[in-house]
Amino acid sequence: MDNNGSGQITDAAERYKSGVIPYKKMGYWDADYVPKETDVIALFRLTPQPGVDPEEAAAAVAGESSTATWTVVWTDRLTAAELYRAKAYRVDLVPNTGPGTNIEAQYFAYIAYDLDLFEEGSIANLTASIIGNVFGFKAVKALRLEDMRLPVAYLKTFQGPATGIIVERERLDKFGRPILGATVKPKLGLSGRNYGRVVYEALKGGLDFTKDDENINSQPFMHWRDRFLYSMEAVNRATATTGEVKGHYLNVTAGTMEAIYERAEFAKSLGSVIVMIDLVIGYTAIQSMAKWARDNSMILHLHRAGHGTYTRQKNHGINFRVISKWMRMAGVDHIHAGTIVGKLEGDPNMVRGFYDILREPHNEVNLERGIFFDQPWASLKKVMPVASGGIHAGQMHQLVHYLGEDVVLQFGGGTIGHPMGVQAGATANRVALEAMIMARNEGRDYLNEGPKILDDAAKTCAPLRAALDTWKDITFNYASTDTPDFVPTTTGSI
Amino acid sequence: MITNPTGRLTQGQFSFLPDLTDEQISAQIKWALAHGWAVSIEYTDDPHPRNTYWEMFGLPMFDLKDPAAILMEVNEARKTFPDYYIRVMAFNSTRGVESPAMSFIVNRPTNEPGFGLSRQEGHGREIRYGFHSYAADKPEGERY
Repeated sequence: MDNNGSGQITDAAERYKSGVIPYKKMGYWDADYVPKETDVIALFRLTPQPGVDPEEAAAAVAGESSTATWTVVWTDRLTAAELYRAKAYRVDLVPNTGPGTNIEAQYFAYIAYDLDLFEEGSIANLTASIIGNVFGFKAVKALRLEDMRLPVAYLKTFQGPATGIIVERERLDKFGRPILGATVKPKLGLSGRNYGRVVYEALKGGLDFTKDDENINSQPFMHWRDRFLYSMEAVNRATATTGEVKGHYLNVTAGTMEAIYERAEFAKSLGSVIVMIDLVIGYTAIQSMAKWARDNSMILHLHRAGHGTYTRQKNHGINFRVISKWMRMAGVDHIHAGTIVGKLEGDPNMVRGFYDILREPHNEVNLERGIFFDQPWASLKKVMPVASGGIHAGQMHQLVHYLGEDVVLQFGGGTIGHPMGVQAGATANRVALEAMIMARNEGRDYLNEGPKILDDAAKTCAPLRAALDTWKDITFNYASTDTPDFVPTTTGSI
Repeated sequence: MITNPTGRLTQGQFSFLPDLTDEQISAQIKWALAHGWAVSIEYTDDPHPRNTYWEMFGLPMFDLKDPAAILMEVNEARKTFPDYYIRVMAFNSTRGVESPAMSFIVNRPTNEPGFGLSRQEGHGREIRYGFHSYAADKPEGERY
């Protein structure tokens, strides 16, 4: 009955006989399938249960993420079922797994979905299909969504970033250098009045932005209105004493969408240029806030709170590059995307891949950076990546080299922990940054000469000297859990 | 006087560093030209943080590729407006950018009086803020 070479049963009566048949035979595997330009393509890292054929496992994932259920249903025959079935069309053994290695076999499975399977402009709908059911599916031992190719036709149904890098820079009047920020610390416990003090000192000292942390919402020690009022007093005082546009990411995350809107409206009425949300509010809430931000000329900062629960393990979950794609579609302006040199997880190549996805108008296949698909971005605006977590002024040459210019460098401890105070910490960071950008533009080999450039700049800046001395030996050299899997000679996908 | 750590207006890419020498300005101009950006010179005596449109000292120099000639223009601007803020900008016309790529101050008045902050109190402790340049109290052209 396998009479078209794909494993699919082509005789209709046989195919739709009640009972259970393998997914491959139901039509969810087609090795000859050529994805259409309008197909959504998902790439999964698949660990089949022992004894399960990888093609069958891939077909099962395709089935469960599109039309299938565990048994044959005759009602398929009322539909254009062939179109709605996702098609697994390619399975590659992941290099360095399987026989001869100490890791059980994993496979890269490519699955194509017709555009009509998805509602326009809805991350919730897209994800309900792609990651909705399949991750708990028994036939696969582990499953990770590694990458997606989103067709231009589908991207055009999304608003994209409310503001984007270019317009953000124009609004802030800051060009040609990374933006500088800091998260207020301690993140919990400060009163509104004390909190604003940190904001004021950091901004006056030379930072562009300060930031609420992900879990500062409206707790007993500081209710949200107090935080907003004192922070905006600080922002405006700092603007007056520098003549420069300043901002503070007011975190509007709350328990209900109504409360989020209420807080965002208040931030707007106080003249804030930016508000912030956490990833944990959910995809739909994020899209709602992206629309609100576009409607109200507000920059929207996203803290990726919670992502580590599903992005970190290599064999199961969702790669952060996919979250990056979804968030660019959902429409945030800022997203934390790794530092390379700081305290948080991130293989350098992988992090650069995330940055490419957020910032480039078009991604070409780059397996070294974990980018499996050619991805045009259909003029969706660019998202400003945020580098935050264990970075300090002494790493400025590396930060500029690896992360480039369109990035927010966020020095929390590296500002507030400065031995001479918050303002001095901010000044140290700003001087280090300006000196490094100047050196780069002068054509110097700033990556190798970095320490010398910083030493020279510190001759006229005591706070920078103190920062360099305090943190000179601080690095976080741990092996990354998430690294690219590719053999340099293999050709790119699709 | 402005009381931030630099004691001066901190707009632009290099305000926290010592004033740029002609040689340093040339190096920055070369960086812009190497990227195909058009260099432009702008000046103002109203450096309010929301004053986007400084006066143009001529059009952006789209066709001038000689850093020395551009530096001459910069110095010409400084001679003409010695007590104004003057910034050098670079415009990137690449699709998807089409916006300034650089902006740094190359001239300042000797005295920078800074800005006052006005507060108008409203309901629920809400405050409307305004910035007021002390220098801008005087008419245009007589501020510094």
